[in-house]
Amino acid sequence: MNQTFAECVKKCILVDDHQVKKKYFMEGIILFKKNLALLLVLIMVVVAFAGCAPKVEDEPVVEEPTTEPVVEEPVVKVLKWNVGSEPKTIDPGLNAASDGGDLINNMFEGLMREIGGELLPGMAESYTLSDDQITYTFTLRDALWSDGEPVTAYDFEYAWTRVLDPATGSEYSWIFDEAAVDTFRAIDEKTFEVTLLAPTPYFLGLTGFYTFFPLREDAVAKGPDGGWAINPEASIVNGPFYLEEYKTGDKLVLAKNDNYWQADQVKIDKIDALMIVDATTALTAYEAGELDVIDNMPSEDMPRLMAEDDTFYIIPMDGVYYYSLNTTVEPLDNVLVRKALNYAIDRAAIVDAMKGGQLPAVNMVSPASYDNEGNVFSEKAGAYVPTDGSGVEEAKAALAEAGYPDGEGFPSLEIMYNTSEGHKMVAEIIQEMWKTNLGIDVTLTNQEWAVFQDTRRHGNYQIARSGWIGDYSDPMTYLGMFVTGSPMNYARWDNADYDALLDSAKTAAPADRFAMLYEALDMVMTSYAYMPIYVYTDSMMVSDNVADWEKTTRNVFWFGFADLAE
Amino acid sequence: MGSYIFKRVISMIITLWFVITITFFLMHAIPGGPFTSEKELPEEVLEALNEKYHLNDPLYKQYFDYLAGVATFDLGPSFKRIGVTVNDLIIAGFPVSAKVGGLAILSIIVVGIPIGITSALKQNSLTDYIVTIFATLGIAVPSFVIATLIIYFFSSKFSILPSHGMGTWKHYIGPVISLSGFSLAFVSRLTRSSMLEVLQQDYIRTARAKGLPEFVVIGKHALKNALIPVITYMGPMIAAILTGSFVIERIFAIPGMGKHFVESVGNRDYTVLMGITIFYAFFAIVMILIVDIAYGFIDPRIKLGE
Repeated sequence: MNQTFAECVKKCILVDDHQVKKKYFMEGIILFKKNLALLLVLIMVVVAFAGCAPKVEDEPVVEEPTTEPVVEEPVVKVLKWNVGSEPKTIDPGLNAASDGGDLINNMFEGLMREIGGELLPGMAESYTLSDDQITYTFTLRDALWSDGEPVTAYDFEYAWTRVLDPATGSEYSWIFDEAAVDTFRAIDEKTFEVTLLAPTPYFLGLTGFYTFFPLREDAVAKGPDGGWAINPEASIVNGPFYLEEYKTGDKLVLAKNDNYWQADQVKIDKIDALMIVDATTALTAYEAGELDVIDNMPSEDMPRLMAEDDTFYIIPMDGVYYYSLNTTVEPLDNVLVRKALNYAIDRAAIVDAMKGGQLPAVNMVSPASYDNEGNVFSEKAGAYVPTDGSGVEEAKAALAEAGYPDGEGFPSLEIMYNTSEGHKMVAEIIQEMWKTNLGIDVTLTNQEWAVFQDTRRHGNYQIARSGWIGDYSDPMTYLGMFVTGSPMNYARWDNADYDALLDSAKTAAPADRFAMLYEALDMVMTSYAYMPIYVYTDSMMVSDNVADWEKTTRNVFWFGFADLAE
Repeated sequence: MGSYIFKRVISMIITLWFVITITFFLMHAIPGGPFTSEKELPEEVLEALNEKYHLNDPLYKQYFDYLAGVATFDLGPSFKRIGVTVNDLIIAGFPVSAKVGGLAILSIIVVGIPIGITSALKQNSLTDYIVTIFATLGIAVPSFVIATLIIYFFSSKFSILPSHGMGTWKHYIGPVISLSGFSLAFVSRLTRSSMLEVLQQDYIRTARAKGLPEFVVIGKHALKNALIPVITYMGPMIAAILTGSFVIERIFAIPGMGKHFVESVGNRDYTVLMGITIFYAFFAIVMILIVDIAYGFIDPRIKLGE
């Protein structure tokens, strides 16, 4: 583990410099590894990265001389970026996936925008928050759409209304509920008012999330089912790049939007976003200099890339990989059995075997959100399960207490996972650990993804692989899943006190709210219905030619201010 | 001849109907729908989506609506690419697949058949052995291995060929070689063995006895009959290659039909999966018909419609 992680940290890049985010990152590191010296290395790497000029490659692959012979010969800077399989949509209101989100973040802009880890005013020039922290009033700046029309508060009102209309079929409309949005209206062209049901600290951050982006009604009218977004004739955007060309299954071309309010800072002329699905092909193209950015590397190449390629970056992600233990089936209905299973695995060894720089998870909230005092929530909550093999004795004791000393008489269990080499490996390691440490037998079954989701949701399993990527920077995005009757409460854990606690947390003042959330996490963890395994990481390769790119803390690419070396 | 083709067209329609019916009901029998996702959708949104794609109609109604759509060449919208129809995908993907596939077929015919003839004529010679070795390799090594090797050596190591996409003529070299590898080897073996068999026939001896030049004996008399098994094989092969190989298209990142087909399976993109299946079935049936008609021209002993 030490070796892998040290390498990971060396390659870690901090693309934001905002204090809070930096703090998160560092504290996350401390959490994962106690070695402070590594922190210094990290800081040095970050400083070096931020300070150094981009290296100039021998062969400029990204520049193409224009065909017209001009005196000054302007260079068209084209960023070649592989987005992988074709996004389902790039309509901000309909999108529900990260690949679409990457493109949308470079094409549209919400009230706020995260740059360098800091939440900056985007379409909003400023905002005020009422004393009761319920009403936000945004004042819009003089920004233009790509066709030269002004961006108005009515565009926001229209876009939000559209998302909330069930007939639109937006798969992310529920996020308005999570953001506790009560009402919203355009007071005039430049003023947009939003009232919340309760003070919601993460609402402002969510205005930088695609579901909350403004849309032009006349553009959407040209293909209301979402077709407008992939039609270069119809698409109108308010971000740094507009859609120039769309070839289904092949690529899309984005070009600089001169009407963007920060267009003077946009240095790239075009983005060729390719749809290469095969990870090996993409990597070959990247290594041959035909691509500048890829983010889906073949898992068998990861250890090599991590060790040898200094354009390989790995950053922690707001997500937890875990197992759900079905509390409605025997013997998992016994909390002692669940505790034994939780304690008997060596998370550090699993992460080590995965070779992807992942970090052992110690509870069900990813170390990516903060409480009202600025503490990393997950860290302050503390470890509820051992990160290494030190819990084996306690696990054995719990299993014995449950009536299965040394696993005697324990029925055979089944781990269900969706078909994938990675999930299979984790399941096999855990199978082995339970066998060795507890003397119990489990079998492994895999199902294809869509089938698996059905199985898991209907509780037709004993132990199921699960994973969750946080939607916003708040513990609620995790804790909200475990209320009784939630479709994501896969373990079918039923606790009325927990439901009541979360309900009151939704309307509580910040200090009380976080006290309640800490208590809620404690309830989930001591039920042992969910078995955290590791914290996800996000990896990508970005050529040295590209400067000033970033991934936001929500793991979305931002190329608005990026530049390409000639 | 006319009534023969008419009969065949009728049986083609029945075959297609079987294909449509079986795929339709199989697709709907698989658990997990197109809107299955980790986060449960609000009831009314799911309802709206099902309404939009007519998924809450009774199954028989969906089935008949679909049949009506197919009859009017409307294969419906894609569930997983918003704003794109299945027709759009086929119109965009088929020409790309067909261009690569067409070149592969051309190379199979132009290279594979002559090689087969040559090795038959020079049976048990050094040439024959070399051809046999290569043909066995071509049959034994899967296309994706050839593709990966081409990318590894020519794109990655020597940087002679581009690794992905379509554009210049260089982009076609890798896909065409890997796509034609198996069939080229197979066709050359097939040509060789059937040529050897034909060369033993009495009428070839007669032709030679008449004093016909060897060129005419082989080219006119022997080849015609030797090609019959080859043509039988070529029909379905052409359909398969032209409609796109999903493995090769994936490896070389070619935006063809095969790529859409594979993605639609995992996505539960019912309409795309069915549309491409039907398109492929249609193409295969037409190719088989053409092969059957071609028999009549090549071998006068085969009388169509009797």
